[in-house]
Amino acid sequence: MIRFNKQLLLAAGLGLMTLLAGCGKSDESSGRVTLLNVSYDPTRELYREFNESFSRRWEKEHHQRVTIKQSHAGSGSQARAVIDGLDADVVTLALAYDIDSIQTKGKRLGADWQKRLPDNSSPYTSTIVFLVRKGNPKQIKDWPDLIRDGISVVTPNPKTSGGARWNYLAAWGSVLRTELGGDWSKLDDPASEQAVAAAEKKAEAYVSALYTHVPVLDSGARGATNTFVQREIGDVLLAWENEALLAIKELGPDKVEVVVPSVSILAEPPVAVVDTVVDRRGTRQIAEAYLKYLYEEPGQELAAKHYFRPRNTAVLERYKEQFPTLELFTIDQVFGGWKATHEQHFADGAMFDRIYGGGSKPK
Amino acid sequence: MSFRQPSILPGFGLTLGFSTFFLSAIILVPLAALVMKTATMGWGDFIRVVTDPRALASYRLSFGASILAATLNSVFGFIIAWTLVRYEFPGRKIIDALIDMPFALPTAVSGIALTAVFAENGWIGQHLAPFGIKVAYTWIGVVVALTLIGLPFVVRSVQPAIAEVQRDLEDAAETLGAGRFTIFRRIVLPTVFPALATGFTLAFARAVGEYGSVIFIAGNLPMRTEITPLLIVIKLEQFDYKGAAALGFIMLTMSFVMLLSINLLQAWSRRRIVAGAR
Amino acid sequence: MAGGPSKEMLAEIASRPGRDTVISSVVKYIFILLSLGFLAALLFAPLATVFITALSKGWEMYFESFKDEDTLAAIKLTLTVAAIVVPTNTIFGIAAAWAIAKFEFRGKSFLITLIDLPIAVSPVISGLVYVLLFGAQGWFGLWLQEHDISIIFAVPGIVLATMFVTFPYVARELIPLMQQLGNDEEEAAITLGAGGLMTFFHVTLPKIRWGLVYGVILCNARAMGEFGAVSVVSGHVRGLTTTMPLHVEILYNEYNFVGSFAVASLLTLLAVLTLIIKSLVEMKRK
Repeated sequence: MIRFNKQLLLAAGLGLMTLLAGCGKSDESSGRVTLLNVSYDPTRELYREFNESFSRRWEKEHHQRVTIKQSHAGSGSQARAVIDGLDADVVTLALAYDIDSIQTKGKRLGADWQKRLPDNSSPYTSTIVFLVRKGNPKQIKDWPDLIRDGISVVTPNPKTSGGARWNYLAAWGSVLRTELGGDWSKLDDPASEQAVAAAEKKAEAYVSALYTHVPVLDSGARGATNTFVQREIGDVLLAWENEALLAIKELGPDKVEVVVPSVSILAEPPVAVVDTVVDRRGTRQIAEAYLKYLYEEPGQELAAKHYFRPRNTAVLERYKEQFPTLELFTIDQVFGGWKATHEQHFADGAMFDRIYGGGSKPK
Repeated sequence: MSFRQPSILPGFGLTLGFSTFFLSAIILVPLAALVMKTATMGWGDFIRVVTDPRALASYRLSFGASILAATLNSVFGFIIAWTLVRYEFPGRKIIDALIDMPFALPTAVSGIALTAVFAENGWIGQHLAPFGIKVAYTWIGVVVALTLIGLPFVVRSVQPAIAEVQRDLEDAAETLGAGRFTIFRRIVLPTVFPALATGFTLAFARAVGEYGSVIFIAGNLPMRTEITPLLIVIKLEQFDYKGAAALGFIMLTMSFVMLLSINLLQAWSRRRIVAGAR
Repeated sequence: MAGGPSKEMLAEIASRPGRDTVISSVVKYIFILLSLGFLAALLFAPLATVFITALSKGWEMYFESFKDEDTLAAIKLTLTVAAIVVPTNTIFGIAAAWAIAKFEFRGKSFLITLIDLPIAVSPVISGLVYVLLFGAQGWFGLWLQEHDISIIFAVPGIVLATMFVTFPYVARELIPLMQQLGNDEEEAAITLGAGGLMTFFHVTLPKIRWGLVYGVILCNARAMGEFGAVSVVSGHVRGLTTTMPLHVEILYNEYNFVGSFAVASLLTLLAVLTLIIKSLVEMKRK
């Protein structure tokens, strides 16, 4: 029996060694500074160019070389990675809700993060537009056209894609806009409670109808774009403006074109410094400079070049042909912020689940 | 009955000790974390999450399509393995080497490529469309993807076993006047069956959990073409780790029960064959 | 009999032991046809798609894809991970198969099922469990942070997740094979005074050679191709924690279809590796 135990011990030791072989410390080279920017999918092209520009600028001013590492994936899963310990110096995500989650669930930055930088910490904006087949054969002009008979709409799953949430909210808001005549103050006015309730009913009916026209719910925005353009599924794709313009450039102006609806949502992708990480790594100064640079003219110029609407009016003026004017509403105006929106529409058993008939109500 | 039957072969303690230790470190401890996470939610919540109509629909799709895919693989996998082992034809070696491709190709690539082939504008999809058969973005697409990723399991399990079937035994049987079918049933099948069952089991098990390739070809419509792993991802996206763990736990339990019953069945049939041979 | 099988052919068929009828050659062609048809639709067509896309802009662009720094980093990482994972799991597989196939003990089916389990676990969950253990909110999260050790979102996490996913392959190939082969020869060797290791290397190993080869190949293929589980624990930091499959996805999402499928096509080189290993084993036997 003793011999048996010895063998067991030996075996255990062997196993432990193989385990340890797999573990190690992540080392940080000290010669130069590195920053990690954790971002969402559609910003790849923007940040590639922006990072180079910022590195040059920083080296000129501070005589220090900086390497910026990028991580891109769906906005929600990126937020989760940061909560679970991915050491992001800065996060640049698709929706404020995701950075809020990093704050509430991970406690990795201050609750006031969105007030620290101008414009709700969103240096650039976008909106939701339609991408249709070249020549617009089905004559899709505005939101009501999407639920006509025989129209098939491609949009990703709002549960897994940040962009898809903006799509959903833009569709919902467009109905409220029509029903309430554009007077958003009615939403908070007790006198018009009935009108608002009726409008909400219409919006629900519209969005429910819209999703019956959806043949494929991809898990991410780029997946939906590929389904629409490459697989030739659907008549219209709901997409970020920046994604739609990029898709035309990359996949062929001869295949698809953009249709701008009369009204849409102002999508504000926010940015923030992750406090706990920059304080531990001693990178606060450079991380803050990095985000500020997004607001400066060269940063704004690059954003516009990559089809994000710049905040800087002078830059916007230079790119005005690229960004047609349309009526835009914000999430705070119409839905009362991300937290409320999430609970009412996207949480388990909330509106989106009810549209699909599943989802028992939580608690 | 004692813990083990005596044998003169050495190394039982060492090999079993090492295996169980390694198994615990790599598999059991992490899975315990999953179970513990599930345990932090109350019964009511647990039941609510795992019996949600959408979850039920997704089990049906995930398990149904997986059984179908594993069955298809068992039939065709056996034929392919037999062909590769027994017959000589041009290109055999290359085809043999390509069998592992579904493993080496990242699942996302398989998914994208299959969708490209089976979509209505794809090479195969366009010929099926006139017959009203839609593969991509339907449950058939799910079965196709799951069949592809499970194929190497069956072929690679069965191949060595077929190589082991003793030709002379077959020949002797034939000389003695046994029919082709009898030879297959009495000599080939008993030798190959354990391996085939293993292949089926593994192909099935792998199919149930598959995510990467399916999401591209499935369409992902709730209640219709939504697989359980996608529901797990959806829960994760909402930072609902407990809900995700609960669904993962249910899948794990169902797979475990199915695997265990197949393994017990196999052990039983092996004992019966061994006993029959004596 | 014009158009039927020629005399030579019939003679050739007749010369094969036990293959003396035309029916068997009919069966043969049906089998080959079925195999090829099934594989063509399911395997060759997608593979062809990969290569056609990868080469759609010519060979030059194809090779250009591999000059990218991040692509090279991804290839290096994948090879490193496989180099750690495959030998480890092979040792485990042989040990487990020896214990299970050579001895009768209680709870054996249970043990086999536990070994199967990682195959049944959704890749998403396989990644998640390590996050639950080593993530900032996980069991060991705080301790790891205090000691400045990164497992998740670093190479160790990727190695662990890959090890989990590829854990059963070698064992699962060997167990049924070794059970089938029985213990007689090993028992004879031991009785004649051979040691345990010697018996294994000279008696068992030659018999399980093919199973072992397939097991290692499968394990390696899966280790290099794993996407889901690695995706959860990688953090997707470009050039640092992206493996080849993740890099393929990144490139695809950047509309760089050529680069993406070029990297994917590199993974098909594994088939070539398979060919080489198998020929080597065959040569050794002769």
